[in-house]
Parts: sequence; C-alpha cells; structure tokens
Amino acid sequence: MDLVEEKLDEHHLDAKQVMDVVVRFAGDSGDGMQLTGANFTQATALYGNDLSTFPDFPAEIRAPAGATFGVSAFQIYFGANDITTAGDAIDVLVAMNPAALVTNLPNLIDGGLVIVDSGAFTEKNLAKAKYQVNPLEDGSLDAYRVLNIDISKHVLAAVEPYNLSHKEALRCKNMWTLGLVMWLFDRDRTATIEGLKKKFTRQPEIAEANIAALNAGHAFGETAELPSGIHVYRIPPARVPPGTYRNITGTTALAWGLIAASELAEIDLLFASYPITPASNLLHELSNRRNFRISTFQAEDEIAAVCAAIGASFAGSLGVTSSAGPGIALKAEGIALAAATELPLVVVNTQRGGPSTGLPTKTEQSDLNMALGGRHGDTPIAVIAASSPTDCFEVAIEAARLAIRYMTPVMLLSDGYLANAAEPWKIPDVAELQPFPVRHQPPVEDFRPSLRDATTLARVWPKPGTPGLEHRIGGIERSYDTGDISYDPANHQKMTELRKAKIAGIADDIPLQEVILGATTGKLAVVGWGSTFGAIHQAVKRCRADGLDVSHIHIRYLCPLPKNLGDLLQGYERILVPEMNTGQLVRLLRSEYLVPAEGLNKISGQPFKIGEIMAAIHQEFAEVND
Amino acid sequence: MNQALPKLTLKDFSTDQEVRWCPGCGDYAILKTIQKLMPELDAPKENQVFVSGIGCSSRFPYYMNTYGFHTIHGRAPAIATGVKLANPELDVWVVTGDGDGFSIGGNHMLHVLRRNIDLQVLLFNNEIYGLTKGQYSPTSKQGTRSPSSPTGSIDLPLSPCEVALAAGATFVARSIDTEAKHLGPCIRRSYEHRGAAFVEILQNCPIYNDGVFENVKDKKSAADNRIEIEHGKPLIFGAERDRGIRLNTLTLTLEVVEIGKGGVNVDDLLVHDESNKVIARLLSTMTGPEFPVAIGVLYSERKNGYVEDVREQQLTIRSRERGDLKQLLHSGNTWQVD
Repeated sequence: MDLVEEKLDEHHLDAKQVMDVVVRFAGDSGDGMQLTGANFTQATALYGNDLSTFPDFPAEIRAPAGATFGVSAFQIYFGANDITTAGDAIDVLVAMNPAALVTNLPNLIDGGLVIVDSGAFTEKNLAKAKYQVNPLEDGSLDAYRVLNIDISKHVLAAVEPYNLSHKEALRCKNMWTLGLVMWLFDRDRTATIEGLKKKFTRQPEIAEANIAALNAGHAFGETAELPSGIHVYRIPPARVPPGTYRNITGTTALAWGLIAASELAEIDLLFASYPITPASNLLHELSNRRNFRISTFQAEDEIAAVCAAIGASFAGSLGVTSSAGPGIALKAEGIALAAATELPLVVVNTQRGGPSTGLPTKTEQSDLNMALGGRHGDTPIAVIAASSPTDCFEVAIEAARLAIRYMTPVMLLSDGYLANAAEPWKIPDVAELQPFPVRHQPPVEDFRPSLRDATTLARVWPKPGTPGLEHRIGGIERSYDTGDISYDPANHQKMTELRKAKIAGIADDIPLQEVILGATTGKLAVVGWGSTFGAIHQAVKRCRADGLDVSHIHIRYLCPLPKNLGDLLQGYERILVPEMNTGQLVRLLRSEYLVPAEGLNKISGQPFKIGEIMAAIHQEFAEVND
Repeated sequence: MNQALPKLTLKDFSTDQEVRWCPGCGDYAILKTIQKLMPELDAPKENQVFVSGIGCSSRFPYYMNTYGFHTIHGRAPAIATGVKLANPELDVWVVTGDGDGFSIGGNHMLHVLRRNIDLQVLLFNNEIYGLTKGQYSPTSKQGTRSPSSPTGSIDLPLSPCEVALAAGATFVARSIDTEAKHLGPCIRRSYEHRGAAFVEILQNCPIYNDGVFENVKDKKSAADNRIEIEHGKPLIFGAERDRGIRLNTLTLTLEVVEIGKGGVNVDDLLVHDESNKVIARLLSTMTGPEFPVAIGVLYSERKNGYVEDVREQQLTIRSRERGDLKQLLHSGNTWQVD
C-alpha cells in the first residue's frame, strides 16, 4: 500500500479551550531544547494532561552553531484524551534560530503559532539556513500566528543583576522561552524552579539567573501586547485511572524492568554491553543502579559483551546484553552458543535505521528478520517486542522470565523511538508483580548436564561451585542422553527438533492474542508490532468513531506467535500491517497463516503519523466498496 | 567441622571422555601435568572452571573433571570474564591456542590482561593451526610453509609474552609442554597469583609443525638454546654453564657473553628480577639462534584487579543504600490522580 498522509482535524488555536496540542521546541544543539522540553513535560504531567514526547536530536554531538543539521528538537503532544503518539503536525513551534524554523516549518499547521527569537535571525544565521530573504520580513509566515521577540535582549535584561558573562547570560534563553510557553498553556513553574535549584546547587547565581529568566518569560506573556489570536489556551486535564503516575522513557522503563526481573527471579543480573546509539542509555541507567542485584560491564566490543553475559549465565547469574542492529549482528555467534548450550540470555535490540551505520539516531523496525532468523544453523530463539515506552517495563520482565524458564536466549526488540520517547506511567504495585524465583540444580548423584524438564523441555541450570555437579558444556552438538559430545546423525536430528520444540512450546506459556480495539472478526484488522502501537491505536480509534469496522491487533510475542493468531486473522476480510520496514512481519504472517495481509511501509527514520495509517485504512475500505 | 577433606588424586580430575588429540601431541603432557597439579592446589574441585575457545587445545575442558565450558573461537577470555564477574569465588582457567588467543581472539586477550581479571590464561603455542589442518598462525615463524602459505608465510610473528606484558598482564611465564617439572611449578605460581596470569606453553604439534621447538627441548641442544630464569639469580645458561646475559647499558640491549672471557665474570651478568617490567620485556623478546629462549616466570606484580575493584564499588554502593524497587519506581517526580 502506498504511504500517503491524511490531515487530521486541526484544532486551530482560536478557541480559549482546545482538546489537544502539539508543541515543538527547536534550536541549536547547544540551546538546551531537550531540557526545556523535559521541564515543560513535567509541568504538563502535573497539570493532569495525558501526553507523549519525542526528542529528535542530530547525530552530530556539537554541530556548528546555526546549521540545519545541528537542529535539536523536542516534541510534546498533550491533551484531554488519551495520547499515544508524539503528534502528527505541530500546533506551536518554538524556533530559536532560522535553521530551526526552516527545518520544522513544513510540519506546522496552517494557523499554527510560531515563536521566534528575532535576535537570532542575523544575516549569518539566515545564510546558514539558506534563507535568501529574512522570513520574518517577507510575509512568508503570513499563514501562521507569529510571536516575533528579541529573546536575547529580554534575557540579558532579566539576568543583569547576576553578573553573568554575556555567554552565560544568553544560556538562559531557553528558560525565558519556557516561561513564555508555560504562560501560554497555564502551566505551573514550581517544579522547574525546584529542579533548577537542585541542578545548580553549586552555582546558586546560575540557578537564580535561570529562574529570573523563566519568570521574565512568563511575565512577558502576561503583560506584553500580543498580536490578536495569541492568548492563554486551556486544555482540560485527561481522565485517567486513579493511581500514582510518573513520566518515563522506554529506556528507563526497560532498565527498571530488568531490575524488577532480577528481584522477582531472586538472581544477580550481569548487564554486559558496548556503547552504541541508541542503546547506550540502557547501560548508563543500569550503571547507576548497582545498589540492586545489578552489575554492569562495559566490554571491549559487542562480541565480548554477549560472551560475558553468557559466561555470567553459565556461572548462575542472568546474563543480559544490549545493542542496536550492527552490534546485534556481531553478537549472532554468541547468541547461537547460548542456544546450543541452553543457557538463559536476554538480548535487547534497540533498533535504528539500517543497513550498516544507517541512521543511528533515527528509528526503524527493520531487525525483525534478524531477530527471528539471523543466526547460523537451525537456531530458534524467543523474540518479543515492546509497544510503548511504558510497555518496556513489562516486556523486560517477561523476557527474563522466558529466558530463565526455558533456558534460552530471548531477543527483546525495542527501537530508537521507544527508547527516547516518554509518556506518563501508572506506577505498578510492586507487590502485585509475579515472582519467578530461580531454582538452580541441587546436588544429585550421577548428574548429567542433559537433564531437562519434561514440560518446558528446558535443560537444568547447574551452578559452578556446587559439589558433585561438575560438568562440561560447549558449542559442539551434545548427546540428548548424556550431554557429552556426540556426532551421531540421529542425535543431531533429535537435538535440532528438541531446540525447535522447546521454543515452539513457549506458545503454551504466553497469553492468547487479544484484539486491542474493535471486534474479533470483521472487515479489516490493522496488525502491528512494536512502537507503531500509538499511531495505529489512534488511527483505528478515529476510524471506528467514523463508523468503520476496523480492529487493532498488536503482537508482543513474535516467536513463538500466540497460538490463536492464525485463527484470529482468518476472521477478517482484510489485514493491514503497518511497519517501519519493507514488510517483515507481513511476510511472516502471510507465510505462517496464508492470509492476504497487506503491508504499509514507512522507512524514513520517523515514526508513523496517525494520518498516514488513517489514510491506509480509508483506502482499504475504498477498495472493499469498489 | 574442620574435617579434613578426602585427599583427591589425578584420577578425580579425569573424565570418562576418550582423549582425542593426535598421538604424540604435546597437549597430553600438559593435561597430565595439570591433572596432577590440581589435587596439590588444595582448592575445591567444584570451584574450578575451565573455559576454552576453539582449536585443538580448546578440547581441554572435556578432559578435566571440573566445571568446563567449550565456547566459541577466540572468545574464551570474554566468557571467563563474565564467569568471574558473576562469581569471583570460582577459580577460572582459560585454555587457548595461538590462533584462538592471538588471532581471532586477540582483542579479548588484550582486555582480559589489561583488566587484570583474576584468572589463569594457559596459551598452548604450537605456532600452527592444527584443527583446521595446518595453516600458519600469528606465531608461526616467517617463511612457514603451510597449505595457505605454500611458498612460505610472509607475516611477521608476534611474541605472546611480549604482547601480554604490553597489554598489562601482572604475571607472565613461559614453559614447555613435556617438561612437567618446570611446567607444573609455573602453573602453580600462575594459580597462586592474584590477577591475570599468562602462561605461554611451547607445545609441539607432531602432525603439522613437528619439532618447531626441538632446539629448546632436545637434551643435547636445550642447554645452549634456552635459559631457565629465576628471581634473584644471574642469567646463566649453556651446557657448561659458561654463558650469560649481560645488559649493555649504553644501547639498552641484551648481549650474550662468555663467563671468564674478556674479563667477564658472573657479577657482570644481569640478575633476574620478576618485579622489573623492563627486564621482563627484554627477556621476553629473546629468540634463537642469537639468544637463548627464556623460560620461567618473566614477570610478577601484585595489583588490584578489575573484579576486586568492581566488588569494592559494589559493596560501597550497596552498603550506602540497598536498592528498593518500590522506592525506585516512585523516585523523582510523581503525581497522584484520584
């Protein structure tokens, strides 16, 4: 299916009250846009709106100032109803320089609001953004509401009492802008002020200057004569189930899920990894959590990382390794060793644009084929995928549970979007998490490493240091009966079938596939996996509100697939599979179930927009009605 | 309590697996020496873990009745690191060969040594790829004729001990497969060393590289072609014990001298000092025919290892505040919805 975009109903910023808004903060890498976004997100969460955020930063660490490729942006979609994506189009754009304006303007809705720092629209910066004429002066912004302010001038005035250098003073620009946007949406500044005090404990004058800038920006909104059509917008709080909430990124949720897993399994966890974008933050987060049963190891390379994790599992801990596509490719031989020796191993793949170095900071779902089959030999492993930032918590626990229960590698698929995106999370009750304590093999007479559980087919897990369980394992094929090396042809057939049956048997241990939204049979099912959840969910919801018979199915367990999935899919006339790849799940579904599934593929490094999936759904129905 | 453990013997460390090295392989002798040494180490059998990569030498764990893990090509040091990180109480042994340890697994070798992980690396160096049928290896002498170098290998070989020292190994020794009286004590010292201990064992491959170390092993020629080094002793060698190694202080190089000739006496010879890395480096590079090959402990230094420091950090962190999951989930900014 062709990828086309449908424009969603736009809530023009005319009314005093709007139901949802997309705000995008964009500026130079050094402008502090990520910090600005994070503070606005916190205030918005505290206000009670539902929200979803996505930071969009360049691959360059410190790009030259003013360059279009150095624009760093932070987008937040918030509103009164459930929000599951970072938004299709921008309602309010904050552009700290011409480069930020030129790269983001195409996505601003007509009638949207653009806030620019006119002081940054110098000839030099305009040239860097390839503007022939200053867009603030040539009428090219006439279709939008424009707040054209010399922010630098206001900031310098606001922080004057604090004796900062000119450069330091200008660094407060982001807080001034944040103050203004907080005024625009009636947000409370208290949490930001507290955060600034904490962040700059050792430099109280910097903290005070930033707070002064924040307040000055807010005061500007309150007192300045603003162009007509720009006023305070009120967004009613969302109705969400009662509980304690926090905002969380996919990376943090995944890290905390691994911590929870080690507690629930009552086992030490070794997280062995090698730095790679966008997976490194997981290593960082866990390195700060060694007060739990967590050790972290920054290995010399991707191969050493997976091998150290396998070594830890052999020694009786749970080994976990993590990377993105290129690194996972390097780990393939190690993963197969864990499969052959039947040791538990969790492999987290935070997917990014490929092939090769590809688009390291952009998102994609193109490693599904590799996860399912990217190994030498007949080497099945379990594969599961997280569908939203908060889902990463649960999926991490589930990956660990399956790895331990089935003595197998499990690949957990996340992606660059999930890793960095954030959303509010109803904090689960720790007491309600299901424990799965590890039982290592107790001492026994005539021990054989080939002993296995009759139900799960999982091999026993003897822990070195236990007297009487001395044994040898390795990558050479082993005898089904004794665990010793065996080159016997019939034995290899048996062991290969055993490995296959063991993974297939996991299907008995996982929930049946549910339909998230809509009927369990009908005209059209939109089937997704991973981070496309939010966009599919909103699209299906809106289409159903328009009366279309469409359902949303989202697959967490990709190997093995849920037992009822085939039957479920047979119940729909048409199946649409949106994926951020060229059609990896759709091919799997077609070959597994012989269903006429059709793909909708986006490989731009950007997440799906709601409108793109809606357009595809409408096209499906148009074909049905033809 | 305090009950003496039954004394183990060589047999307790042998498995029921048929040993499948070629007849005459040096690996047999090494296996025997280690199986014999094990009961003498006074260490619990269940705490011994042998980790290997791929190659002839890497079959070793199958023949040791301890915990064993035959892994993948070149990765034994990385897997052993994971074992040791998970359980520092275990005695971890890495068994590897010249191809496994210095070609495909060269990177891991550097890092396991530089991190000073408390384990023993036993490098069976036969200067050839055996299991893949005789190709030249990274330690093969230049000009080695093999199936993949029919007109002689071109690469310059590396010296394992020299690389180990450069990588920061805190214990480096060299010994010979069939000389149990020398090899046994060398391995024992490596076991007693706290930190990464590297032992290069010159091992004969009778099929693909037979006799490559003959000049240092043969009873007639060995005395002139090797020097057994000992801490605190002057460097003397030769069938008549009439030759020695002297440091030329002007060129900072070693030279072979004859004792009693040209005014040279024993006092002029270099005295081996295991704690001196400069001496260790100089000795590690000595090769024939100009120099005798040094065997014995080249270097030994006590230094904290990675695993020890990891433990220490961990203890500090955990004593400060043991992690509480509920507290973690509720840390930072939260809000209540009623």
